[in-house]
Amino acid sequence: MLSRKPKALADEPTHYCPGCGHGIVHKLIAEAVDRLGIRERTVGIAPVGCAVLAYNYLRVDMTEAAHGRVPAVATGIKRVQPDAIVFGYQGDGDLAAIGMAETIHAANRGENITIFFVNNSVYGMTGGQMAPTTLEGQLTATCPSGRNPLEDGAPIGVCEMLNTLRRPWYIERVALDSPAGVRRCRRAIHDALRAQMDGKGYSLVEILSPCPVYLHLSPVDALRFVREKMAAQFPPGVFRRDGHPVGPAHGKRSGGAMES
Amino acid sequence: MAAQRVLMMGNDAIGEGAIRAGCDAYFGYPITPQNELTAYMAEHMPKHGRVFIQAESELAAINMVFGAAVAGKRAMTSSSSPGISLKQEGLSYLAGCELPAVVVNVQRGGPGLGNIGPGQADYFQATKGGGHGDYRLVVLAPDSVQEMHDLTVLAFELADRYRNPAMVLTDGRLGQMMEPLVLRDEPPPRPPPKPWALTGAAGRAPQRVCSLLLEDGALERHNEKIQQKLAVIEREEIRFEERATDDCDILLVAYGTSARIAKGAVAAAREEGLRLGLFRPITLWPFPREPLGAMGRRTGVVLVIEMSAGQMLEDVRLAVGDGPEVHFIGRTGGGVPDVKNVLDVARRVSKRGGRADHAARTRGAGL
Repeated sequence: MLSRKPKALADEPTHYCPGCGHGIVHKLIAEAVDRLGIRERTVGIAPVGCAVLAYNYLRVDMTEAAHGRVPAVATGIKRVQPDAIVFGYQGDGDLAAIGMAETIHAANRGENITIFFVNNSVYGMTGGQMAPTTLEGQLTATCPSGRNPLEDGAPIGVCEMLNTLRRPWYIERVALDSPAGVRRCRRAIHDALRAQMDGKGYSLVEILSPCPVYLHLSPVDALRFVREKMAAQFPPGVFRRDGHPVGPAHGKRSGGAMES
Repeated sequence: MAAQRVLMMGNDAIGEGAIRAGCDAYFGYPITPQNELTAYMAEHMPKHGRVFIQAESELAAINMVFGAAVAGKRAMTSSSSPGISLKQEGLSYLAGCELPAVVVNVQRGGPGLGNIGPGQADYFQATKGGGHGDYRLVVLAPDSVQEMHDLTVLAFELADRYRNPAMVLTDGRLGQMMEPLVLRDEPPPRPPPKPWALTGAAGRAPQRVCSLLLEDGALERHNEKIQQKLAVIEREEIRFEERATDDCDILLVAYGTSARIAKGAVAAAREEGLRLGLFRPITLWPFPREPLGAMGRRTGVVLVIEMSAGQMLEDVRLAVGDGPEVHFIGRTGGGVPDVKNVLDVARRVSKRGGRADHAARTRGAGL
């Protein structure tokens, strides 16, 4: 594959830490925007969190949202200009803690928006606190003895939860743990935006992503953590396609519990 | 121009005003005593091809307003006191991003869950900022069903003109009452161009709307710009009503429902030879400090009437300074002052001519 910088990606060095996944996700979004020819009608929403400056790197119209409110802001933008392609970019604290209500209800309304959910199992920007997706036993600044589900709750599977709703159109989880994972992520981002272009409704791509600094791991070991630990708790695959759940309970496809 | 006289409830009149002002999108969440407004919008917005969403919370509603506003559209939400508290985060972001939007507060009794009677105890929250950071809302206070309509239209115009959120601050009594209202067939509104709107970067460079400014000094410069804008609003947009102030011995100061009581008191007092006048701020921010100050100093005795424990009272004191006597009648928790309250206090103040601030408050509150 010929590789060159997408037009929708700014020629800027990012502020992200070494080994962080955000830069890869930005590039994949920019590639999809280019490939789908939607750069001039896309509006993005940056979250509160590490990706708060996403608009420095993505060359599309962008705004911000208060912590957790991305789906509500996206709803407002999309409803008044249905021809715009609207995506929100959210981390795990933003989406699944402070913004869970907005997440569930935007999905349940079947809003024709796309959410890119970067799950790295920890709050990065604020210094490595426990996230809703922190694994059992995982050490963070606010669960220094390891996450104890009896006190701290258990990790939340966002795709699984949203998949219980009737209205979402497309839900997939991918992992940035390998070149193959990056390729799946590229395809998933493309498919999600494509669904929105076709007016199908709510799409979400959850991206398991390494945060070496706050996992206190080397970049290589952080990738291994994503592949071995995170993917065990949060299995990658297509959860929902064409508005219908995909998986063993809904008839086998691709021979697995879920497609990948 | 054709005009139509109709009987309408205050909450509905706000909705009709918003629709006539070209409100493109309304986002609501149920709370008493403003539910008629949300229902009105649910019924009428889709008929006009506009957006209506019942949001999952007040937080979501104000952030949907943010989204519609950042896309360059006219957007509104409404709620009542506890719900308006939830919207403060969004108001701060709207102000920080310099986005026009209209928020309606049909105030009820507080604090906390309070009750569903009318109140005016959100004055501080509305006029002093409410959310975090240095900003102000343009705050308009109707005292009739006609003004519920007209000031809603004005709120959209001022919000757009200054790229600043505007609030219609009213209360449960005005929201629930029915009055005749004249609807004029105005030409459709023409909002100003919004080149900053996020519409997709077709034929132009991508742009952003945000309040995050991390570079050294950038946020301070942004704040200075906002303050300069607010100073222009303070200079240009003061609105108030005077009634019988030419010869008055006691100047009543009240807004909204309290101003209606005050108007009744002015008329009743004149019949017994007591010369009351009324100064009614229509813009609570910008507060009509100078005209009120001049009138208060000329009259020498000021009587503030509020459905609060004394919030606008502070601005009145700042406006009139140390010279005039300032008396106060305040009801809280859904209580509404009546004409008799006002006349009792006015008679006593008038006879004694001395300071009766504490006594007036106690008696006036009927405690």
